[in-house]
Amino acid sequence: MTVAVLSGKGGTGKTFVSVNLAAVAKDAVYLDCDVEEPNGRLFLKPEQVTSSPVTVPLPAFDGEKCTGCRKCVEFCRFNALVFVKNRPMVFPEVCHSCGGCALVCPVHAVTETPRLVGTVEEGLSGGVRVVTGILNPGEVSAVPVIKNVLQKVAQDSGLAIVDCPPGSGCSVMESVSRADYCLLVAEPTAFGLHNFKMVHRLVRLLHKPCGVVINKASGEYSPLEQFCAETNTPVLLRIPYSTELAARTAAGEVAVRRDAAIAGTFRGLLNEIRKEACDEKTADSER
Amino acid sequence: MRKLLILSGKGGTGKTTAAAAFIRFAEARAFADCDVDAPNLHLVEKNLGEPECFDYLGSHKAVVDPEKCVNCGSCQAVCRFDAIGADEKSHFVNEFACEGCGVCAAVCPQGAISLRDDVAGEVRLYLGERVFATAELKMGRGNSGKLVAEVKSALLKNAPAADLAIIDGSPGIGCPVIASMSGVDLVLIVAEPSVSGISDLERILKTAAVFRTKAVVCVNKWDTSPEKTEAIERFCAENEIAYAGRIPYDAEASNAINAGKSVADIDCAASRALREVFDRVTGQLTGSTQ
Repeated sequence: MTVAVLSGKGGTGKTFVSVNLAAVAKDAVYLDCDVEEPNGRLFLKPEQVTSSPVTVPLPAFDGEKCTGCRKCVEFCRFNALVFVKNRPMVFPEVCHSCGGCALVCPVHAVTETPRLVGTVEEGLSGGVRVVTGILNPGEVSAVPVIKNVLQKVAQDSGLAIVDCPPGSGCSVMESVSRADYCLLVAEPTAFGLHNFKMVHRLVRLLHKPCGVVINKASGEYSPLEQFCAETNTPVLLRIPYSTELAARTAAGEVAVRRDAAIAGTFRGLLNEIRKEACDEKTADSER
Repeated sequence: MRKLLILSGKGGTGKTTAAAAFIRFAEARAFADCDVDAPNLHLVEKNLGEPECFDYLGSHKAVVDPEKCVNCGSCQAVCRFDAIGADEKSHFVNEFACEGCGVCAAVCPQGAISLRDDVAGEVRLYLGERVFATAELKMGRGNSGKLVAEVKSALLKNAPAADLAIIDGSPGIGCPVIASMSGVDLVLIVAEPSVSGISDLERILKTAAVFRTKAVVCVNKWDTSPEKTEAIERFCAENEIAYAGRIPYDAEASNAINAGKSVADIDCAASRALREVFDRVTGQLTGSTQ
């Protein structure tokens, strides 16, 4: 089962929830798809880490073969190619690696070479396999790195926890693509609710079953609870704001490995998720 | 016009809270929300009137005409984005995966694929005494950097007389963040004192350095970890990065926001600290244009 943990707003506790869920489960895989800010590794501190490069194909133009017909420049819809001194030139950061220029070149003057955009690290933390995608600073698109991270788990049939990026754009869409269940981490504030609604719409659109963890609850913020009730979205857990928990998290500790009570809470959450995902499957097959 | 951008790397450190307070302190007449994935500034900016809204055409999306499609699969074979699926009748495009490159249309022997404009979001422009530009990206859409560029240019075009523009940015270091950095005079990075916050601070500073953008750092909710706050302050001193101060965790600040107010509207520990940070940042900003 693959569980995607997402939030819309940043800083609501996606990584906190993902890391602790993976740590209480036996033999889980933790996949950090928040490749712009990969932080799960700071808590899980994986050992025996191996890393592999993530590259995207970048066109290169053979000046000998090129006749200067401009077909490639005209084809490129991303304006990644310009014509300088009668030859095409590529802006690597703008190129989407679609292969169109190579396809339309009548004289086969375009070859593609790999360009490094990030790294994927794999290691072990207790029983947890930790896979981390890391986008190089200055790179625009997170999607190729996310795809690479998700590929690492294709053959696994056990529990995989996907720590997603914030927002509700293309990188979130990619991160949840393989999820069987979406866990939405919400912050009970006006900012949190607005972004929560956006991401809630996204998972509903994809027909993914979902549940909610309300994190950093301090007092009642009824609009969030109301929204969950109205949309029939189960709230699986409420975690009150606690200075002690905040301090543990700030220091990079995995709470469930230090505190039996929190470990119990997260085991309960994991059971709820399994139950919910299972109910959903049964409901699906009955439909 | 001087342009101040507020970023953080890590999400939820208090970018929008700081932006909303700065808008009050500066009595800013030009501001924008460039967090197009998860915009929030409009929630605390009231009395702006009705916005002018216009569609944002992000990119193109391929569309297969099922009448013409002969299910040959040429399009699927060349698509680099896994955006083409098929059923027994015809092939079809997954609009969320399609990047609109046009390769499928170029290879289709039947001419069954066309590219259409895709409405990928909406720009909202408030044109009163104070000009506010914001936008919302449609779910799952890419190319958010282009939308950020549109929000910024809408602001600059419509508030040319304002002497300061305050721009609220996105978390992360990717596409929308890079787009928001272009042409700004100074970036304020709101950091969080935690292992995650420090790692993300280093990554956003690296990104700013790639694009040669001047940065100043402040720490929010500093008392959640005095130790990590000191680590950030040391890091800034060692690397000669300007530092603008600390803001304490303050429950009154989140209460103000839940009531739709800016922290600057109330007198509390966080608002006083933010005022001091604001004064130092303004000093940096004046320095940067000399």
